[in-house]
Amino acid sequence: MTHLDDTSTATTSSTPGADAERLPSFATTGTRATRFLGIATLVAMGWLVLFGLVLSPADVNQGESVRFFYIHAPTIWVAYNSFVVTAFSSGAYLFTKKHSLGWDRLAGASAEIGVVFVALTLLTGALWGRLTWGIFWQWDARLTTTALLFATYIGYLAVRRLGGSHHQRAKRSAVLGLLSVLLIPLVHWSVLIWRSLHQEATVLDVDGDADIDGIMLFSILVGVVAFSLFYVWFVLHRTRMLAMEDLIEERGLDAALDARRAEGVKAVEGIEASRADETPVGDGGPS
Amino acid sequence: MILALFEDAGFILTGYIVTFLAVGALAWRVIRSGRNLAKQIPDDEKYWT
Repeated sequence: MTHLDDTSTATTSSTPGADAERLPSFATTGTRATRFLGIATLVAMGWLVLFGLVLSPADVNQGESVRFFYIHAPTIWVAYNSFVVTAFSSGAYLFTKKHSLGWDRLAGASAEIGVVFVALTLLTGALWGRLTWGIFWQWDARLTTTALLFATYIGYLAVRRLGGSHHQRAKRSAVLGLLSVLLIPLVHWSVLIWRSLHQEATVLDVDGDADIDGIMLFSILVGVVAFSLFYVWFVLHRTRMLAMEDLIEERGLDAALDARRAEGVKAVEGIEASRADETPVGDGGPS
Repeated sequence: MILALFEDAGFILTGYIVTFLAVGALAWRVIRSGRNLAKQIPDDEKYWT
C-alpha cells in the first residue's frame, strides 16, 4: 500500500480545485469479479434452500432434522478453511522478507468470516440437538472443543484491535493465528479421541467413503459451494476495506505528526524571537 | 404427530432464517462500510481499481 505524504482527504481538503481530480469516482470495494461472485453466491444460496428444505428427503433415523446438516456441516468446513487461510497468511507475513501487510489483512478478514461460520455451526447444532437429543447444549467433547475454537478466534480478533502500529498488530496476531489453527485437528478428531454424543464424520471420515444418500450428499455439496463462494466474496471486500482503514489511519497519524511538528517549530520560533527581543547585558549600554 | 412436525419445522426454519439473515447482514455491512470508506480515498490509492 502506498504511503501518502499528502495528508489532505477529499472530504476535508482546503484546496478543492486541486483535489477535484482526486475525488473518488470509484466509491465501492466491488469490481466486476466480485459482482459476478455475489450473483453466483445468491444463486447457490437459492439452490441450498431448494435442496435443503424441499428436494432432499427426510432421514430414516433423524427425520426432518437432517436438514440442519446442509448448513451445519458446510459452515464448519468453510470455517476450518478460513482458519487455515488465516494461519497460512500469518506464516506468509512472518516468514517472508517483505512482511507485506496484505497477508495480515487476508488473515484478519478470513478469521472474521470463520468466526461467523463457527457461530452459525454452534447455533444450528444447538437447534439440531434440541430436536434429536432433547437438549440445546451438552458439555460433550465435540461441542466443547468447538466452543473453545470460537472463543479462541474471538480472542484473535480482539488482539487484532489492540493498539500499536500496523506491523505490531500484524506480528502479534500472526503468532496467535499460527497457534490457534492447532485446535482444528483437536475439534475434528474429538469424537474419536473422547467418548462423544456427537456422531462421527459422515463425509470426511477416515476411510474416505461417504455413508450418505446421493441427494443428501449433493445438498451438502451445494451448501459447501454456497458458503465457499460467500467466503471468497466477503474476503475480497473485507481485505479492501481493511486496506482503506489502514490508509486512513496512516493519514490521520501523519496529520497529527505534522500538526505536532508545526507546533514545535512555532514554539522554537517564539523562543528565538523572545530571546532576540531581550536586550543582552553589556550590549548597547553606556560604555 | 402434527404438533411434532410443526415443532421440527419451526426449529429448522429458524436455523435457516437466522443463517441467511446473518450472511445477509454481514454482506450488507461490508458493502455499506466499504462505500463509506471508498468515498474518503482517491481512486489511485485503491489497488483494485
